[in-house]
Amino acid sequence: MKVSIAVNGEQQQHDVEPRVLLVHHLRETLGLTGTNVGCDTSSCGACTVLLDGESVKSCTVLAVQADGRSVTTIEGIGSAAAMHPVQAAFQEHHGLQCGFCTPGMVMAALSLLEEHPKPTEAEVREGLEGNLCRCTGYHNIVAAVMAAGGSKATA
Amino acid sequence: MSILGNRVVRLEDPRFLTVGGTYVDDVPLDGALFVTYVRSTMAHAVISSIDTAEARVAPGVVAIFTAADVDLAPRPPAIPMLNMAMTRPWLSTDRVRFVGEPVAAVVSETRAAGVDAAELVFVDYEPLPAIVDPESAEQSEVLLFPDVGTNIAMDIGAMMGFSPAPDFFDGCDVVVRQRIVNNRVAPCPMEVRAAAAVWGPDGRLTQWASTQNPNALRDSLAEAYGLEPSQVRVIAPDVGGGFGAKTGLSTEEHLLPWIAKRVDRPVRFVETRTESMLTMGHGRGQTQFVELGGTRDGKVLAWRNVVLQDAGAYPGMGGFLSFMTRLMASGVYVIPKVEFGGKTVVTNTTPTTAYRGAGRPEAAAAIERAMDLFAVEIGMDPAEVRRANLIQKDQFPYATAMGATYDSGDYEQALDLLLDAAGYRALRDEQARRRAEGGTRQLGLGLAVYVEITSPVPGPEFGGVEVTADGKAVVRAGTFSHGQGHATAFAMIVADRLGIALEDIEFVQGDTDLIPTGQGTMGSRSLQTAGVAVAQASTQVADKAREVAANLLEAAPDDVVLDTASGNFHVAGSPTVTRSWSEVAAAAHADGDGLRVDIDFTPEGASFPFGAHLAVVEVDVETGRVELTRFVAVDDSGRILNPLITEGQRHGGIAQGVAQALMEEVRYDEDGNPVTANLADYAMISAAELPSFELVPMETPTPLNELGAKGIGESGTIGATPAVQNAVVDALSHLGVRHVDMPLTAERVWQAIQSAGEKA
Amino acid sequence: MIPAAFDYVRAGSADEAVSLLAQHGDDAKLLAGGHSLLPLMKLRLATPGVLVDVGRVAELSYVRDAGDEIAVGALTRHRDVEVSDALRADCGILSHVAGMVGDPQVRHRGTIGGSIAHGDPASDLPAVVLALGGTLVAQGPSGQREIAASDFFRGFLETALAPDELLTEIRVPKLAGGWSYQKFNRRAQDWAIVGAAAARVNGGTNVALVNMAATPVRATSVEQALAGGASVADAAASADEGTEPSADLNASADYRRHLARVLVRRALDEVG
Repeated sequence: MKVSIAVNGEQQQHDVEPRVLLVHHLRETLGLTGTNVGCDTSSCGACTVLLDGESVKSCTVLAVQADGRSVTTIEGIGSAAAMHPVQAAFQEHHGLQCGFCTPGMVMAALSLLEEHPKPTEAEVREGLEGNLCRCTGYHNIVAAVMAAGGSKATA
Repeated sequence: MSILGNRVVRLEDPRFLTVGGTYVDDVPLDGALFVTYVRSTMAHAVISSIDTAEARVAPGVVAIFTAADVDLAPRPPAIPMLNMAMTRPWLSTDRVRFVGEPVAAVVSETRAAGVDAAELVFVDYEPLPAIVDPESAEQSEVLLFPDVGTNIAMDIGAMMGFSPAPDFFDGCDVVVRQRIVNNRVAPCPMEVRAAAAVWGPDGRLTQWASTQNPNALRDSLAEAYGLEPSQVRVIAPDVGGGFGAKTGLSTEEHLLPWIAKRVDRPVRFVETRTESMLTMGHGRGQTQFVELGGTRDGKVLAWRNVVLQDAGAYPGMGGFLSFMTRLMASGVYVIPKVEFGGKTVVTNTTPTTAYRGAGRPEAAAAIERAMDLFAVEIGMDPAEVRRANLIQKDQFPYATAMGATYDSGDYEQALDLLLDAAGYRALRDEQARRRAEGGTRQLGLGLAVYVEITSPVPGPEFGGVEVTADGKAVVRAGTFSHGQGHATAFAMIVADRLGIALEDIEFVQGDTDLIPTGQGTMGSRSLQTAGVAVAQASTQVADKAREVAANLLEAAPDDVVLDTASGNFHVAGSPTVTRSWSEVAAAAHADGDGLRVDIDFTPEGASFPFGAHLAVVEVDVETGRVELTRFVAVDDSGRILNPLITEGQRHGGIAQGVAQALMEEVRYDEDGNPVTANLADYAMISAAELPSFELVPMETPTPLNELGAKGIGESGTIGATPAVQNAVVDALSHLGVRHVDMPLTAERVWQAIQSAGEKA
Repeated sequence: MIPAAFDYVRAGSADEAVSLLAQHGDDAKLLAGGHSLLPLMKLRLATPGVLVDVGRVAELSYVRDAGDEIAVGALTRHRDVEVSDALRADCGILSHVAGMVGDPQVRHRGTIGGSIAHGDPASDLPAVVLALGGTLVAQGPSGQREIAASDFFRGFLETALAPDELLTEIRVPKLAGGWSYQKFNRRAQDWAIVGAAAARVNGGTNVALVNMAATPVRATSVEQALAGGASVADAAASADEGTEPSADLNASADYRRHLARVLVRRALDEVG
């Protein structure tokens, strides 16, 4: 089936099998490998992207469901030379180690900050409940998201 | 001023943050086929037939292989202390020994075609009784390896001369005894295992792998396929975490070159999370029988730990780890008598492997739990019981009964710093107040004072530094960073020694054609091995460069100074006439053989980081629910190179330690079917279950290396697990609860309260 | 991780969805937000032949004042239910609990109708609608019908919806009194091990339980005890009466019974 998705601001048209998950479409058809797959039960959030500006798990959205909508991935929000403030906060606060959960974590954080512009620590922790990280113990991720939102971390 | 010791943000981060890392599944490989393994659905069974006919003709299928096709010899355990007759086939031959064991390999044009076809491979099994509980394995008539005649994979007690002394507890006023389960957990790096194999026209093999030790993988592949190591190139691109579980040599990855040769195409394998939970390997898995004796005034006199280690179906790294538990058995204490015994058994479960801490968390958990049991028994504060038995700072180097030599430390200071930072007295007062009020939320405080061994495996490590003709530097290492920030840490060492800017230093690792030797990253070893090699190589490069600069400055080499603040060379006393790195490097490359030094550095010995952790929990005594409200940690890993990175290591380790104590456990039903085989069922901890952590700095340099550095990768898991467990039991001690096994799920805690209430 | 192949058709309206269901028969499944169905399909625990995507039926996404009730379109996403001013003002329990379903990403996709039509006893929203004595509106080939929530949940993942029917609307009463939802889970993102929903409705106190039977259930003995003047503590002590909790990875049946009693008491204390 033909789908047309605005990915990172660029209209992309492809013929896809209905069973193709959005994450596989992004990675394999569009070559946007920044979005990762970390589980098979919609639990880990590594595949989080923005669909019409809101965080979703792209492993639990069919590419055909995204037809006519806009998708933003980690590749679409900033560059190494000009990082988005959330990306910069992750670097500043050492909110990443192996980097595998990071793209999904950043996209989830963007959506969280959209809904809670100056989040409390509890709001950040609950807001990231759907994103798993094994390296950081979440401490610096929480600090980075709070800093990006202009809140001061408690620790 | 030196850059070392500063909070330098990571150089590698912008790439990860803007386009993402390049993991094995992201590497473009023209014409690569996918390999999908058909896996055993039975824990223990004889294979009566495998029908691949339907799958062979399914769309997109290129080939299907079973054990009958594979002409490679079964592999014995990788560690010779284990029973070498317990060999593992590449694909299951006549029987399967755990759920998830690969039975057949489907090779397909697309990922989806492989999944579709794998469902069409029909395997007939004749079920056998399964051994799930390691405590029944030794006596069971069911044998995983009938030809071997035993389920015992290693008898560490017999190997090390363990014989329980009848007078062991003579002189003790009190002896506490406890059976402790150190629960089996899943390592769960966010990137699962992935690999690809490509044969070149010259007969060379290139293997892409998500591994912690590329050079060891190269050597292992060379051995398996009868090649010289130089005929194999292993490339580890970005690796999304390992935690010990990517040090082993996985069957599924090892078979890829064989498959690639048979189909004459590149092949790639990326496991699913469910497959990973079944086959990557699990950590811990010990049942400990501990006995600790001492006097009523708090002196510990005798400590015995007998450990049953679960190896899973095929003994490997995990089966061996009780050796590490033994080495660290007595922890931070002076104990006159120590005994350690035990065995390793095979069971019809996923093989166990190294997981962050790898044998040392189990040692710390045992003795730290026992210290609390002892403290309660004699009515003394757990902090004071510990203090009364600590090795004193003037006793280092300290040789333990089990053969370790602790390099340096000050355990009492770590404890004092912790109690002070936490406000321990005030917390005890608050606890007493809540007990008196008798409310629903009771407070618990849990301590652990720990010492661990880092860089335990002897031998050299590679580090090299080169200044290229443009005056920039390349740093190479035989360790393998997969989240630990070596690109930044090692560049800092070079910048400190050479005065070359961080952004002008390129970091190279993970390609065996570029890195000739290396042990990889595990056992918290990288900074104290490769880091030291890089430091030494930097110094030697600077010496070489001074000779070149001496020519340019027309002075004697001994008179030339490298000003690391400016990155310029000048003659001592004449700082205004300078030569820059680019001038010196250009000359060195034009006139000589350049500026490159490669070092294989062999440390004098292992180092022993230490620390003290305090967990504060609130337990809802009506439901058993535990909330970790504070976590305070003192971790001393010697001299700190980059506090930002070491803090990150501590945070991650603490979270994993907390997770083992509170939530995570790999479980099987009585038939050996896994019931926690994905991240919905397995309770991998999230941000919402954790507080921010309170870290207290402490630095006691090791005399073993010029950086003064010990390892920090595993400290968190080692201290945190017993601290949290002790805190929960402490919250309930006034109700008569003395021990609860991990994980301390709400139901388990509630059950413990009920049982204690019935006894009272 | 990859669903088995299926055919995909898209409905532009509720009418079209119903006719597509009729056309494709038993082999068809409705796809709304997909957060109940797609996870099962990825593990191949569900292999429908046809998916009828109703995700674009905008006419079924709304929250409307309907006199004594609030009407919520079945395709209203959890997030929209969570932040609805109308619900926050007049049926706070529904918006509050919608904010506790899954995780934020799930709430951006999952719909209230999808969750209720899936009928999972471990889900939050079915028990809340049951406690509220809500009404479910279904549309089939022969038109619309209303189903009381108490008649809707029939068995494990089984509801009163016929295979050719589409859930179109959920109606809940405006609340004048207190309410409480007690969710007891392992991790924040997990399903409830046990949950208790309580609300003052029409002068009485209604209580429903999550994950205490094959369907969400009303704690009728608690409600009757309260109606008869029993204290909160005494009423809550019978919370597990008539339930049939399962034993699984996360809890034994006995522990679930105990939790039901504790959570109902806490919920009733909060309702006041």
